[in-house]
Amino acid sequence: MISALLVMVGIALLLGAVLGYSAIKFKIEGNPLVEKIDAVLPQTQCGQCGYPGCLPYAEAIAKGEADINLCPPGGEEGIHKLAELLGVDFKPFGEGKGPRAKAVAFIDENTCIGCTLCLQACPVDAIVGAAKQMHTIIASECTGCELCLAPCPVDCISMQTLPENISNWKWQYPVFPIKAIK
Amino acid sequence: MRPLFKFHGGVHPPTHKVESTRTPIARAALPSKLVIPLHQHVGNRAVPTVQVGERVLKGQIIGRPEGRLSSAVHASTSGTVSAIDMQVVAHFSGLPDLCVTLIPDGKDEWFPHSGVDYKQTAHSELRQRLRDAGIVGLGGAVFPSDMKSYSHKHKIKTLVLNGAECEPYITCDDLLMRERARDILRGAEVLRELLYAEEVLIGIEDNKPEAIAAMRQAVLDDGHGHMEVIAVPTLYPGGGAKQLIRVLTGIEVAAGVRSTEMGVQCFNVATAYCAWRAITFGEPLLARIVTVTGNVERAQNFEVLLGTPVEELVAQAGAKPDTYKHIMGGPMMGVDLPSASVGVTKATNCIIEAAQSAFPPPEPAMPCIRCARCADVCPAELQPQDLYWFAKSKDFGKTQEFSLFDCIECGACAYVCPSHIPLVQYYRFAKSEIWQREKEQQAAELARERHDFRQQRIEREKQEKAERLAQKERAALAAKPPAPAPLPVAAPAADLDNTLQMRVDADIARSNMQMRIDAAAARAKEQATAEQPKNTDALTPQQQAEIAEIEARRAKFHEIASHSGADDESPKHS
Repeated sequence: MISALLVMVGIALLLGAVLGYSAIKFKIEGNPLVEKIDAVLPQTQCGQCGYPGCLPYAEAIAKGEADINLCPPGGEEGIHKLAELLGVDFKPFGEGKGPRAKAVAFIDENTCIGCTLCLQACPVDAIVGAAKQMHTIIASECTGCELCLAPCPVDCISMQTLPENISNWKWQYPVFPIKAIK
Repeated sequence: MRPLFKFHGGVHPPTHKVESTRTPIARAALPSKLVIPLHQHVGNRAVPTVQVGERVLKGQIIGRPEGRLSSAVHASTSGTVSAIDMQVVAHFSGLPDLCVTLIPDGKDEWFPHSGVDYKQTAHSELRQRLRDAGIVGLGGAVFPSDMKSYSHKHKIKTLVLNGAECEPYITCDDLLMRERARDILRGAEVLRELLYAEEVLIGIEDNKPEAIAAMRQAVLDDGHGHMEVIAVPTLYPGGGAKQLIRVLTGIEVAAGVRSTEMGVQCFNVATAYCAWRAITFGEPLLARIVTVTGNVERAQNFEVLLGTPVEELVAQAGAKPDTYKHIMGGPMMGVDLPSASVGVTKATNCIIEAAQSAFPPPEPAMPCIRCARCADVCPAELQPQDLYWFAKSKDFGKTQEFSLFDCIECGACAYVCPSHIPLVQYYRFAKSEIWQREKEQQAAELARERHDFRQQRIEREKQEKAERLAQKERAALAAKPPAPAPLPVAAPAADLDNTLQMRVDADIARSNMQMRIDAAAARAKEQATAEQPKNTDALTPQQQAEIAEIEARRAKFHEIASHSGADDESPKHS
């Protein structure tokens, strides 16, 4: 009887020790869910969700503070992915908050006064320039977040949608005209 | 007799090859203009090196290769560049791409060129010559040939020369082999040399007996010891590189594996021919054989200058008026041309003039009945009915699980489908959708990296600034005592009362501040005197004249502006 008790206590202590050790040894820094959510977000860092960047939004979602339908650049596709990841229902965008066509910022170089305000606003360092020097946008790095539009004192930045060309053209979903059979 | 192997599936569409093989290759007449796209190959678009209005000679480079995977583009004849702009090209999208328009002067004057003896030349130079001559795979894939003629990574045992030409209607390789077999084999010899291959297997479908005979004769005549011409059974798509390699060598090239890793490299016969011309005579790729067939009076093969507008080419074969579309390539994999004015490119092996009778518009698609006939004929051993199902429901992850990217888009599945479902369109849609997503994912990754880096940088700058400030303060404190001499010395005296102490501190602070302001003012002054504008020194008279002109214009504008300002105040009547 005593021996059985001792064995059980021994096993319990051993397992407890193993669990305790692994809790310290294999401790995961931060919330792994945040990383997964962040990986789904489009990383435009645009703040349209109301949070200062994609990571803060991901953190807010993970805490359950934010809805999953606040990211227009991610599109409906993004909401579907988030819904699947979090095991919640799909939620459409709010009224007038849907995604817009992908665009990149464009600086009218004749008007630019070289104030560097847009440089400071750009979350991905996609603007080249210096004080009193003309600025320009590296189109390939621009995420189209529109954060540079507001600070510009001379309104020389505009968003330009990317035209379709041979290299970014893609096959459309096959659709066929329906013919009436008499 | 060499044992041959089989690939899975395949179909037997009517070949329609006889129509265009009755007459020898004709040289197409010089067109009124040449529209030469700068992106005729896989890889980066060539960069234009000529200007509008410039006179160019035949064989002169008009687009230089950009980056590692690219190829040169040349003027197909001598003439004047009339435009470098976006024009509609032979592409599924029907979108414009950068083209050079050349008006021929009829002199056909060559750019100075010379060839080399390939046996006496370093391989690296041979490859460079292939690249500069714009040699790309002429079977339709237009992959730069210089990139395919490396052998340092894998030992190449077999060079497969592809003369199968399995697609219906197309006969350009057939005629080329009949008429220019010796040069093809010499080209194959150059490529074999580059790859250090042991043997060359030339696969030709057995519906081309004349070509097989001509090639065998050429092998005998020139004593090519390690070459063998092999007749392979006619079965579409037996001319696919993987399929032909399978038939000739029995090697199955697995998904995601290059044939070179299995010791086999594959070139088209026309590519070998052009490689020979480029190496031995220094002639770049300026023309190719194009089959013009279908709804024309005289279906035949033409040697066509690259850039020749399709409408001018088909007119020479006697195009009939009831043609409703032009197909570039074969009926199975070809592109419906967006316009008849597009130029012939390196990928144009055939132009089919389609009439309603021979090429009726596709029948309406019916639901899939899962008969799995498509799976029976798929040469890549896929399950097309499942791929269709997933592509249709946009379940792209599943399509990839079912090896969508092994699909060679040969169209055999759509050919046999009893429900007339355009299966290949669904696969293409799914593929381009997946590529698009990958691109977006990469862009997001990059944005994340840049954003993180920016945050780090801002943090670091803040820290550095704080440190600098702290250091400055410390330096100021250290430098302070000797500067205002009498007061600080007296300050520490214990008998001074508190008010005096405070006054002394304030004095120190004030004198400190004054010193800083003085120093800053001195610095600013120094800078102002140092920063003399330098770009107006030593101007040429021409520049001075330009400046004077601009100043005059500016003055004029000022005048106009002041006048118009005055005008605005007066009421307008018009």
